[in-house]
Amino acid sequence: AMDTDLSSQDRKDLDKFIKFFALKTVQVIVQARLGEKICTRSSSSPTGSDWFNLAIKDIPEVTHEAKKALAGQLPAVGRSMCVEISLKTSEGDSMELEIWCLEMNEKCDKEIKVSYTVYNRLSLLLKSLLAITRVTPAYRLSRKQGHEYVILYRIYFGEVQLSGLGEGFQTVRVGTVGTPVGTITLSCAYRINLAFMSTRQFERTPPIMGIIIDHFVDRPYPSSSPMHPCNYRAGEDNGAAYPSVEDSQEVCTTSFSTSPPSQCVFTVTKAHFQTPPPVVTDTLKVPVMGLAFSHQLSSSRLSYQPAALGVGSADMGYPVLFAGGLNAAHPHQLIGPGKEGGVPPIPSQPAHGTQADQERMCTPLDGIHYSAATPSSSEDTETVSNSSEGKCGSPHDLLETIFIRKVGAFVNKPINQVTMANLDIPFAMFAPKNVELEDNDPMVNPPESPETESPLQGSLHSEGSSGSSTGNTHDDFVMIDFKPAFSKDDILPMDLGTFYREFQNPPQLSSLSIDIGAQSMAEDLDSLPEKLAVHEKNVKEFDAFVETLQ
Amino acid sequence: RCCAPSGAGPAMNCRAEVLEVSVEGRQVEEAMLAVLHTVLLHRSTGKFHYKKEGTYSIGTVGTQDVDCDFIDFAYVRVSSEELDRALRKAVGEFKDALRSSGSDGMGQISLEFYQKKKSRWPFSDECIPWELWTIKVNVVNLANEQERQICREKVGEKLCEKIINIVEVMNRHEYLPKMPTQSEVDNVFDTSLKDVQPYLYKISYQITDSLGTSVTTTMRRLIKDTLAL
Repeated sequence: AMDTDLSSQDRKDLDKFIKFFALKTVQVIVQARLGEKICTRSSSSPTGSDWFNLAIKDIPEVTHEAKKALAGQLPAVGRSMCVEISLKTSEGDSMELEIWCLEMNEKCDKEIKVSYTVYNRLSLLLKSLLAITRVTPAYRLSRKQGHEYVILYRIYFGEVQLSGLGEGFQTVRVGTVGTPVGTITLSCAYRINLAFMSTRQFERTPPIMGIIIDHFVDRPYPSSSPMHPCNYRAGEDNGAAYPSVEDSQEVCTTSFSTSPPSQCVFTVTKAHFQTPPPVVTDTLKVPVMGLAFSHQLSSSRLSYQPAALGVGSADMGYPVLFAGGLNAAHPHQLIGPGKEGGVPPIPSQPAHGTQADQERMCTPLDGIHYSAATPSSSEDTETVSNSSEGKCGSPHDLLETIFIRKVGAFVNKPINQVTMANLDIPFAMFAPKNVELEDNDPMVNPPESPETESPLQGSLHSEGSSGSSTGNTHDDFVMIDFKPAFSKDDILPMDLGTFYREFQNPPQLSSLSIDIGAQSMAEDLDSLPEKLAVHEKNVKEFDAFVETLQ
Repeated sequence: RCCAPSGAGPAMNCRAEVLEVSVEGRQVEEAMLAVLHTVLLHRSTGKFHYKKEGTYSIGTVGTQDVDCDFIDFAYVRVSSEELDRALRKAVGEFKDALRSSGSDGMGQISLEFYQKKKSRWPFSDECIPWELWTIKVNVVNLANEQERQICREKVGEKLCEKIINIVEVMNRHEYLPKMPTQSEVDNVFDTSLKDVQPYLYKISYQITDSLGTSVTTTMRRLIKDTLAL
């Protein structure tokens, strides 16, 4: 009955408008993430091929991808066209930034004139899209892509999936156009938390201890389409399909071209530790855990879950375990929740990329107190922690996040502040400048002396930064360029910022290094009374010394 | 293109939108251009070419990205040098007026879209506004480079919000003048440009007398609060 109200010509026109609107929407979005300024000419004489009276170029590959995703269908209720924009670093970590959704709802406007009003309103909506694509955070990120990261797009059709955007993502509506068959809505959901990404599994399943290696590759989309880099140049006069791509992107493209989109997922979460009662301070030894992320997990998804998230389970106090990185020399075994879960060891693979990767290894597992080289059942680990618990008293949360490498910057900073950018986690460059950490005292958790870094590593991070000199506090959108007010020399790889960063990680004093494997907390506590006794014995000497000072 | 002013304020059916920004002196031009261009992007069409029997075809509007030098911000404008020149001229005058009014400048610039209603001689044509955009500007003075850097970013973020606000208004699909016949086209559109056709518009501005140092102090305090960790 609805269709009889609309003449067949109008219906045909409307379908055509919606189809080309969808294609132009994709073009505008992808072109806005190419990383360069777009410029098209106005033309007073209509050319006939400029849909919606707007000069929007058609990048052939993008049209091809969009048509493939649509597969002859049009957006309809429950069938939305989504353009996903994500970022991928040169190390292979990726993160979803935005999802642009073209949706259709059931609210019909029967009175509206298709060939005129709908068409003009679709044109207006495209103009709004042009404007809005420049004001979401990903625009500025995309303008700076090329060296350390690239921006990728992916088109899919079906149900909108927003869970990859992290917590607290924001939505902006671009606009709506009513038509006789439904109302077209165009909106964008974008990530604001650029530092951390929680896994989908993490949110859906109940927390369990340890690591889950998920070799599950498929995304829950009806069509898992490959990702593509936004940034490539289409030749001016050739409509040829695949223009050349920069070297750094070639790696990305090839790794995505035939496989479903891959994702390395990281969670930095609360770590629950056993701690002794607060009276013990300077000799507190806390197992220092680090998080090493495999850069090589291109075909599996690594989920990292804390023992107990948030409320409850304070009595569990499981130490947080983590995945070892991959390194030909140290194949590490991951500790899983249970033997029956069968967490297989990650096979060692050559480190991806440069030498720097190999050196970016976390402290080997055998150095960590609570680690078990053998896969332990949850009971075993429980025993271990419970035994400490007996000696230490009730556990309480200790740290929000713990990293053990290259945290030399702590030495100069107030105890509670950590510069994420110095830490070797993916997307560290996007992290907020200051993260509140409880008890992150370098005396307590001494940083590992940094391994020798390759110059490449330094320069890879030269743009990402902790520029505390700018005085920026927690921005939702973090400035990732560290621009010292002077002496930025594009020719030399070593600019002031790099110099500053490289030399703010001095090796730690040997007197501060704590051999974690050697002692346990329990031993510390045991040795305390002894130490106190010794001091008491010498109290007269101390008093005499104090007298001499006065 | 003279027409009698339509009265002291907006006419009854004219919708009015007000935006406010606080900027440093050197950011005034770019901020105003960003807002005005964004509005005009939505309020310009391609050139009409009338054919016989009252039908017409519409030319193509090109667009281009503009990066701001003094604000961490970029916007899209219509690709028309004539239009850009006209806006820059108006904004330049506004900025000069703000500056010469004293260091703590407050003012507003207005972009009004109107329709002409022809009257018989001896009465002059009437201008009937149908949409009025007012941008209120507070000019602040900043003391050091650090404050300026923060201002770059904050103003950039604010402008992003303004763009979203503008788009929201545009999306309401409220009153727009009817598409005119060939004889009426100059009563609705500015047909003087060679590549695009904006609705008839005029830009005016007012400088408010400085209210003393209260504005600057507030802004400075805001920035200082932001700096305090």
